[in-house]
Amino acid sequence: MSVLGVEGEERDDLNRAESAQIRARSLRLLGSLIRPMRARLVLSIIVVVISTISQVAGPAIIAYGIDTGLPALIGSDWMPVAFAGLAYLLAGVTGALLIAWFTVLSAQISQAILFDLRRRVFLHTQRLSLEFHESYTSGRIISRQTSDLDAIRELLDSGINQLVQGVLYMLFTAVALFLLDVESGFILLASLVPLAALTRWFQVRSQTMFRRTRVASARLIVTFVETMTGIRAVKAFRTEKRNEAEFGGLVEEYRATNARVIKLFGIYDPGLVLIGNVAVAVVLLVGGFRVVDGGLEIGVLLAAVLYTRRFFDPMEDMAMFYNGYQSATAALEKISGVLEEQPSVADPEHPVDLWESRGAVAFDGVEFGYVEGRPILPHFDLDIPAGQTIALVGSTGAGKSTLAKLVSRFYDPTVGRVTLDGIDLRQLHPKDLRRAIVMVTQEAYLFSGTVADNIAIGKPDATREEIEAAARAVGADTFIRGLPNGYETDVNKRGGRVSAGQRQLISFARAFLADPAVLILDEATASLDIPSERLVQDALQTLLADRTAIIIAHRLSTVSIADRVLVMEHGRIVEDGTPEDLIAGTGRFAQLHASWRESLV
Amino acid sequence: MDVRKQEMAETATPATGTVAVLLRLRPFARQALPRIGVAMVVSLVASLVALAIPQVLQWMVDGPFASGDAGQVWLGAGIVLGLGVFEAVLIGARRALVLTPGTHVEARMRNGLYAQLEDLPVSFHDRWPSGQLLSRAVSDLNLIRRWLSFGLVLLVVNVLTLIGGVIILITLNWVLGLIFAAAAVPVIAYSFSFERRYSDVARRSQDQAGDLATSVEESVHGIRVLKAFGRGRYALKRFESQAERLRGTEIEKAKAIAGIWLYLTLIPDIAFGVCLVVGVWLASTGQTSVGALVAFFATGTVLLFPIWSLGYFLAMTLDAKTATLRFFEVMDSENTITDPAHPVTVVDGRGRLSFEDVHFRYQDAPAAFPDLLDGVDLVVEPGETMALVGLTGSGKSTLTALTSRLYDVTGGSVRVDGVDVRDFTRDDLRSRVAMAFEEATLFSRSVRENVLLGRPDASEADLREALDIAQAGFVDDLPEGLDTKVGEEGMSLSGGQRQRLALARAIAAKPSVLVLDDPLSALDVDTEALVEAALRRVLARTTALIVAHRPSTVALADRVALLQDGRVTAVGTHAELLATNEHYRFVISSFDADERSAALNAEEVSS
Repeated sequence: MSVLGVEGEERDDLNRAESAQIRARSLRLLGSLIRPMRARLVLSIIVVVISTISQVAGPAIIAYGIDTGLPALIGSDWMPVAFAGLAYLLAGVTGALLIAWFTVLSAQISQAILFDLRRRVFLHTQRLSLEFHESYTSGRIISRQTSDLDAIRELLDSGINQLVQGVLYMLFTAVALFLLDVESGFILLASLVPLAALTRWFQVRSQTMFRRTRVASARLIVTFVETMTGIRAVKAFRTEKRNEAEFGGLVEEYRATNARVIKLFGIYDPGLVLIGNVAVAVVLLVGGFRVVDGGLEIGVLLAAVLYTRRFFDPMEDMAMFYNGYQSATAALEKISGVLEEQPSVADPEHPVDLWESRGAVAFDGVEFGYVEGRPILPHFDLDIPAGQTIALVGSTGAGKSTLAKLVSRFYDPTVGRVTLDGIDLRQLHPKDLRRAIVMVTQEAYLFSGTVADNIAIGKPDATREEIEAAARAVGADTFIRGLPNGYETDVNKRGGRVSAGQRQLISFARAFLADPAVLILDEATASLDIPSERLVQDALQTLLADRTAIIIAHRLSTVSIADRVLVMEHGRIVEDGTPEDLIAGTGRFAQLHASWRESLV
Repeated sequence: MDVRKQEMAETATPATGTVAVLLRLRPFARQALPRIGVAMVVSLVASLVALAIPQVLQWMVDGPFASGDAGQVWLGAGIVLGLGVFEAVLIGARRALVLTPGTHVEARMRNGLYAQLEDLPVSFHDRWPSGQLLSRAVSDLNLIRRWLSFGLVLLVVNVLTLIGGVIILITLNWVLGLIFAAAAVPVIAYSFSFERRYSDVARRSQDQAGDLATSVEESVHGIRVLKAFGRGRYALKRFESQAERLRGTEIEKAKAIAGIWLYLTLIPDIAFGVCLVVGVWLASTGQTSVGALVAFFATGTVLLFPIWSLGYFLAMTLDAKTATLRFFEVMDSENTITDPAHPVTVVDGRGRLSFEDVHFRYQDAPAAFPDLLDGVDLVVEPGETMALVGLTGSGKSTLTALTSRLYDVTGGSVRVDGVDVRDFTRDDLRSRVAMAFEEATLFSRSVRENVLLGRPDASEADLREALDIAQAGFVDDLPEGLDTKVGEEGMSLSGGQRQRLALARAIAAKPSVLVLDDPLSALDVDTEALVEAALRRVLARTTALIVAHRPSTVALADRVALLQDGRVTAVGTHAELLATNEHYRFVISSFDADERSAALNAEEVSS
């Protein structure tokens, strides 16, 4: 089993090599995020170095004040004491100002990194093909972009601050200690051995646990999002209690994994304190004997003990940072997995431009299946001349939508090629492809924002006049004007207040505004009432006069505006001809048409 | 979004003080509180132990070092070691005490929020973007947990440590101690302005994070539209501008923190500098011992970290406060659709559904607008099938939603077997009325669980029957048949297939009233005919209200009700209405002058 991309994401039994592989991948990602920040990072390190030096200078100045200043003052020499006091003040002011500056600097850096990462994940998920979205589920993508990013934010928010500051602080403290008293320095150095061992233990144990928390939180979010999205069905079918039990289970799972990680940290953190305190005692013991022997000044011993103590002061922060780092890496692993996914419908490397499309679509020896060996569309050829309006007819599951999805390049054919004006869709520049070919589906999703915003998705730079003209053309203008704020009405969450039919009208207006060379309508009028459908059909007749169209509709009224009808069955095109010819014949379409006519009044 | 803001303003409790807000967590944290209290004590002892170490140093400087007694050095170092070990043990104990209870508090709050969200009416969900709900359920609660088990304890302990430390400093040398204590005044003064400033930014940042989550969610759920129009970049731009706003807020937050840190480092340092000069002078004049001076600075050093960390914990506390406010905004939202105090039930209900002068308007509809449903009167007799016909946006779906109280009427009443739907418990009502929505929502569960959503204990035969009626035989061809997981992870089902499963779900619930909102719109003509034929069997024994756009669906019904301008303007058989009602003809008939001639032409060609 591989761990490429999101594969094996939920496993927690990774072997050493796999674990190293995804670690490396997430570190690469981290590296690429930090690289553009190098200059600022260097600046912030300089700032923190100076500020840390001034902080670390504190005990040394105090030691100087006591060891030199005190005897001098007894001899009525104020100079050394005054010097020590001023130096301490100066160090304090410098340190404080720089720390404040550093805080802002590091926030700027971490926010820039977060922004970059957010942007990358967002863009990449938009690029990934539908196939990925359908199997990975929206909830998991959402959790990657929310709770996983939260984990990274937590690290960056306080972590980087603590890390840089803490490491430097410890480094300088150690250097200062060595300069002050070498022997005490070595004692401190020796204490690093158990420290490293403890950290390694924590690293190994927590890595697996943190991975589990990411999986648990994703599961939680998937269920949460699904419940909120389907709240009507939840209520109508009284699944609240069952959901609560299920969700409660996931909450408990998340809680338990979290608690395990925290417990681990609960051993690590006091362990560090213990090591630090033992080191202080040893420094005191060894130094104490030397003082008694007269080999060491009291002031120096005091400073040595203070330094040793201070050395371990940031340890708790460092431990927290490390904890956050482990958590963030687990999140980065998951995110880098998503980023590693290659879109199965990839943008071309050397895109071919197509400024003006005529709209001639052709299928060249095309075969398609989601799973190998189970073709949905067996081998076929099809030529749709520019300007032709095609009606695609057949029973549910015959492969009509699949064919449409190949034209709109939601999927790529398994074998063969689909071309627009002779150019393989896979080579076409995405912006030209999307400008030339637009598909309107039955599922008319509305984004939060106004009605006008939603129509403008068809053409983001459209003027208000164009938007209204498009709405008028499909007969949506009347109802939109009837809304509380007309075109400026907020459609709210998932168009709660706009009916299904009205949503379809809005998405039709989108397509009109987009003005593509090839228009694909997949059951785009299913929820319309008959008068609205009639308006849409009239509009289509004008719109489609000079462009290619593929219309999938169960209501055969569409057929009246089609130049050509394709009847599909089990993935094959079984009839192909003008509506008149087919109706006159005795085939499948003639039957369908007859039974449809009967249903009308 | 304006509505939400407005609602927030309404539900905002008068008590917005940090302490008052955080006190509201008590019911959720009750079980953890004793342990949190013990942890504070333990932690305080740990701090005192840390503070005791310098006192040992003082003793050593003034005692053994002065006298040169090596044995006493052993003793001193031994005491320091003992205290150090004790401190580590206490820190471990503090963590053990609070951390697990903290996760329980978080879990309890999360479950509580989820239950409340499930209970709140659909109108609430219409207004609240789900990203805002998600950010509350995940990020905010996480924050509250960390504050409870970490921030709260250390904030209290650090403040107490500081007080204790200052007292020690004063006893060591009252002049120096008071100089140090005086430094607290400007720090405390600054903290107040920090609280105001930071709360404001923290709140904004959490709200913006919620908006960002909403954007993410929409970009994922609307992926097909974005792809179809190639608007990934456009969506990205919107997302970017939101992320940019959040970044700005976060940096503002960092600036606020930088401000308090500046004070928290600068002022103690100034005090220390002054103490150094004064202290050395005092020692030089013999007013204090060198040991006391050493102890003073050692103690002061121990206090520096608690002082610095105050900024961090203060910020964390304010974050927790705004997160708590956001949590209670949902928890305090009044549920307008609740179970009655004295529920009524009906034994052997036959499923008579009646609408009596039903009025309905969405709560945020402008006052100038008439009610969407403006006095609907309609009776569906037991066993009868009533088709509901009307133009797009005439309120058909809304009317169906009233039957199972997804919304409540704003006037008049909806009755099932003569009982106002508001007098049933919601559970009872919804077991009597089953709905199939036009938008077929499937959950990430098996086909079986999805179909048996309304009646998990139904028999295999019932399940099969429901699937047969809905012509959902395709489920047997799925990789794992009835146990195939569909829904979120089964997006590859076609619209028609999903709709049939949703229909099967409503049928399997065996309700006495079946409400179908355009249930066959995604089906092809053949399948539709098969479903209809099968559906007739069910409809013969069930009261049904069916929203219909097509004559073929209307054909299922015994009678048709025409919804126009918020009222039912005509009820009759399809043939009657077709003959007598012009609006009905307009709504349901495919033939107008043009089309009739087009159709005739087609027939001429074919003949």
